[in-house]
Amino acid sequence: MSPFLFWIFALLTVIFGAAVFLNRNPVASALCLVVSFLGLSALFMSLDAFFVGIIQVLVYAGAVMVLFLFIIMLLDIRAEEQRRINWLAAVGGIGVAVILLIQICVVIGHFQSARRTFPPLATSATDDVWNIGRLLFTNYNLPFQIIGVLVLVATIGVVLLSRREPR
Amino acid sequence: MITLGDYLVVSAILFTIGLAGVMLRRNLIIILMSLELMLNAANLSLVAFSRFRVGANGLPDYNAQVFVFFVITVAAAEVAVGLALLVALYRARQTTDVDEITSLKF
Repeated sequence: MSPFLFWIFALLTVIFGAAVFLNRNPVASALCLVVSFLGLSALFMSLDAFFVGIIQVLVYAGAVMVLFLFIIMLLDIRAEEQRRINWLAAVGGIGVAVILLIQICVVIGHFQSARRTFPPLATSATDDVWNIGRLLFTNYNLPFQIIGVLVLVATIGVVLLSRREPR
Repeated sequence: MITLGDYLVVSAILFTIGLAGVMLRRNLIIILMSLELMLNAANLSLVAFSRFRVGANGLPDYNAQVFVFFVITVAAAEVAVGLALLVALYRARQTTDVDEITSLKF
């Protein structure tokens, strides 16, 4: 992938990611999150991880975002827009976040491999769905089944939580 | 050329944005969205490392991508449960502001 495209998608992801918490309207935040996830999926595909990029779009931009927008629809968002900003907490929070970012960047700066470019692949057309699927059903078969149980438990939990209590 | 460090820096910035969102915003929906951003930042660095570690057969290290698959699944389940909790909370207290939910505060 050309560096130009990388920087375009990286900027898209970061700017719309920042817009998620800068927006006061939750609907606008959710839509910014969709754009950020689309940029992120383009970054995944630039790393030749096509399967991960596709499920990123399907699961996040599709399912999770619909869930978020649906829940926002149920709630009252007017109250959020009228809240005052606590400037002391805002400055403190941004300060902690910036300190963390500086720390991570220093660690990356000292990491020798971080300055190397990506090694070339044997073929440009990697069969990554086949490879991931094979790993998933051989080496990671038990975790895969446990994930299935987890999703089932989450489904039952959500149904129980959102059921109205009989009074 | 794009190095591994570039992807790691983008991932770090994304994680920081998520952390700032969790700490600055008091709305539970925005906090959940910021959590998603943090999980995705971790996914980005996992995929970058997977592409960086090309094996002897000339393929990326797919173990990391299987891990990303698990992270995405768990994140989707987490969002579903979190939003169900939020709806239950809103039904009981008519608010999604974490500053107004202080029943367990010591």
